[in-house]
Amino acid sequence: MASVQIRDVRKSFGDVEILHGVSVPIEDGQFVVLVGPSGCGKSTLLRMLAGLENITSGTISIGGRVVNKVHPKERDIAMVFQNYALYPHMTVAKNMGFSLMLRGASKSEIDERVRKAANILGLTPLLERYPRQLSGGQRQRVAMGRAIVRDPQVFLFDEPLSNLDAKLRVAMRTEIKELHQRLKTTTVYVTHDQIEAMTMADKIVVMHDGIIEQMGAPLDLYDRPANQFVAGFIGSPAMNFLDGKLQANGSAYVQTAQGQKLPLRTMPQGDSGRDVVYGIRPEHFEMGEGGLPAEIVVVEPTGSETQIVARIGNQEVIAVFRERQSVKPGDKISLRPRADAAHLFAKDTGKRI
Amino acid sequence: MSTVEETAEVSRSREPSLWSRLKTNRNWLAIWFMLPAAIFLILFLAWPLILGVWLSFTDARLARPGEFVGFENYEWLWDDSIFWLSVFNTLLYTIVASAIKFAVGLYLALLLNRHMPFKAIIRSVVLIPFIVPTVLSAIAFWWIYDAQFSIISWSLRQMGLIQQNINFLGDGNWARASLIFANIWRGVPFVAITLLAGLQTVSPSLYEAATLDGASAWQRFRYVTYPLLTPIIAVVMTFSVLFTFTDFQLIWAMTRGGPVNATHLMATLSYQRGILSGRLGEGAAIATAMIPFLLAAIMISWFGLQRRKWQHGEGND
Repeated sequence: MASVQIRDVRKSFGDVEILHGVSVPIEDGQFVVLVGPSGCGKSTLLRMLAGLENITSGTISIGGRVVNKVHPKERDIAMVFQNYALYPHMTVAKNMGFSLMLRGASKSEIDERVRKAANILGLTPLLERYPRQLSGGQRQRVAMGRAIVRDPQVFLFDEPLSNLDAKLRVAMRTEIKELHQRLKTTTVYVTHDQIEAMTMADKIVVMHDGIIEQMGAPLDLYDRPANQFVAGFIGSPAMNFLDGKLQANGSAYVQTAQGQKLPLRTMPQGDSGRDVVYGIRPEHFEMGEGGLPAEIVVVEPTGSETQIVARIGNQEVIAVFRERQSVKPGDKISLRPRADAAHLFAKDTGKRI
Repeated sequence: MSTVEETAEVSRSREPSLWSRLKTNRNWLAIWFMLPAAIFLILFLAWPLILGVWLSFTDARLARPGEFVGFENYEWLWDDSIFWLSVFNTLLYTIVASAIKFAVGLYLALLLNRHMPFKAIIRSVVLIPFIVPTVLSAIAFWWIYDAQFSIISWSLRQMGLIQQNINFLGDGNWARASLIFANIWRGVPFVAITLLAGLQTVSPSLYEAATLDGASAWQRFRYVTYPLLTPIIAVVMTFSVLFTFTDFQLIWAMTRGGPVNATHLMATLSYQRGILSGRLGEGAAIATAMIPFLLAAIMISWFGLQRRKWQHGEGND
C-alpha cells in the first residue's frame, strides 16, 4: 500500500496537449475515482500512472518515489483493463499466477496465493477453466483476481464494468467496494459513469477536456458543485439549468426571460441584473400552489419514483417525486423549486456563485 | 368425391412428397449448394488423382495404354538409387527451407508489426518475391548463380574473399544450397504476411497486461505472442511444407535436377520419367509415392498443433 502524488502532470500527443497540468493527491488506502466524459483524459492519466504512457511534464510518485522513468513492472501496480485482457490460452489459475511465475516464485507459493485470491473472489471452482468458458462477470472477477494475487501497492481500474450488463454492473460495483474495504489497497478507478463514481469513491476527481473541474468527497460534489459542468455531470437525472437575471426586490430571486420568478434563499454577492444560470436538481421540485406554471410532456414511472418531464416557458425541466403522481401528459401543474436547494452559476464563466 | 379420396388428399397435403422434402430440408439444401463445387473438384482434382494412382499400377507408356502390373513399378523404384536420392533431396529441401522460412518469416512479421515510417510501403515491398512469376525469378536466380557472370562471385572476388568463381549450380551441394536459398526467398513473404495478419489479431492490451505483470520483451513473445500465434503458424507451415515438398518450377527452370541428379526432387524426377522418358506408369508411381509424405505433414499439423483446448471453449458471451 502506498500514497500516490500526481503533480502538475501534462501530456501531449504531438502538438496536441490533452492533459493541461493535473494534480491529484491520493492518500494511502484511498479509493479515488477519475470520472468524466470520453476524451477528458482520465484513461490517459491512469495509463501514465501505470507506466503505459510517457509523462510529458510534471511528476507522478508512488509511495514517495518519483516513478516518471520507472518501468511499469518496477512500479508495483496492478491494473484491471476494460476488456479484462485475460490471456486466452491460459487457465484461470495460470492467468492469476502469471506475474508470480515471471517473478520466479516457487510452484507451491504460486498455488497458495492463487487459491487464496480465488477464495476471496469465489473463483475456486473455475480455476481450471479457460477464459472462453467464463461469463462476463466471471472474467471480470478473474481480472481482479490477477490483480489481487500480486498484492500490489496500487490497484488501477480502467472502466472495468462497462462491458457488463446493467444488473451485473451493480453487483460487481458492490463487490469491488467490498474488496477494497477488505484489502485497503490504494485504488485509482476510471469510469465515465457518475453513479459508479458516487457509490464507490472516497474521493471523486471530475475531469473535463484535460483539466480537473473539481475534486472532493462524493456528497460534497453533489451538494456544492464548483461549476456548471460538475453540477450537470454529477447526479442522475441531471440538474436542470434555467437562464435568468439575478434580481433583489424585497426577496432574492432569478427572473427568466419569460418573467417567471425562481426563488433564492439568500441574495448572493453580485450586482442585481447579472446574467446567471439557476440550477435545481430534479428531486428538489415540489408540486403545489405558488410555483411555476408548467405543462407535462412525459411521465416516466419507475416504481420507486416518478420522473416528470415538463415545460416551463420554453425550457424543459425534469422533476422527480418519491410519491406516485396521477398526472398525464398535457396536464397543467405548478412546480415549486426549493429555494434552499438552488444552485447559482455565473452565465459567462459557469462558476458557482 | 368419396371420403376415401378426401382422406388421401388430406394426408398427402400433411406429408409432403419426397421431392418437396428434398427441396426444402435444411440438410439436403446444404448438399444442393455444395454440389456444383463438389462436382468441379471431383472432376478436376479427385478423378485425376485416382487415375494417377491407377496409372502407377500399370506399365503405361506414352501412346500405349498400359496393363495392370501390380506393384511392379514400386518394386522397381525400391531398388532405384536415383529415386531414393530424390526422396532424400526432397526431404532435405523441404525441411531446411521450411525451417528457415518459418524463422525468417516470423522475425520479419514481428519487425513489420512495429510502428515504423513507411510501414504500408515496406509491407507491400515484402510481398514482391511472392508475386513475381516463379519462372521469372528462377531465371533471375539462374543469372545470379551463373558460373561466369554471377554477381555474387564477382562481388566476392572484388572484395578479395575468393580467387575463383563459385560453381553455384555445377557442384552438387552448392546447387542444393542455391535452390534452397531461392525457395526461401520466394516463400518468406507468404509466411511473413500471414503471420503478420495473425499478430495483428492479438489485442494490444494483452501486451500491456503482460508488461504490468512484469514480462520482459522476450517473455511477452514466449508467453503471449507465440502461444496465441500457434493456430496460424500451424496453418501457414502446413501450406508452406506442402508447397515446398511439391516444388517443381524453380528446380526445373534452374537445374533440371542436375548436376548428376543432385537436385532432383520427387516432382521433377516424376516429370522426367513420366513425360520426358514416356514411362507414364513409373512417373505416376513416383508421384503417388509423394502422397504418404504429404498426408503425414497434414496429420502432424492437424493432430499435433490444432487441438488446443483454449480455442474450443463454449462461447459464453
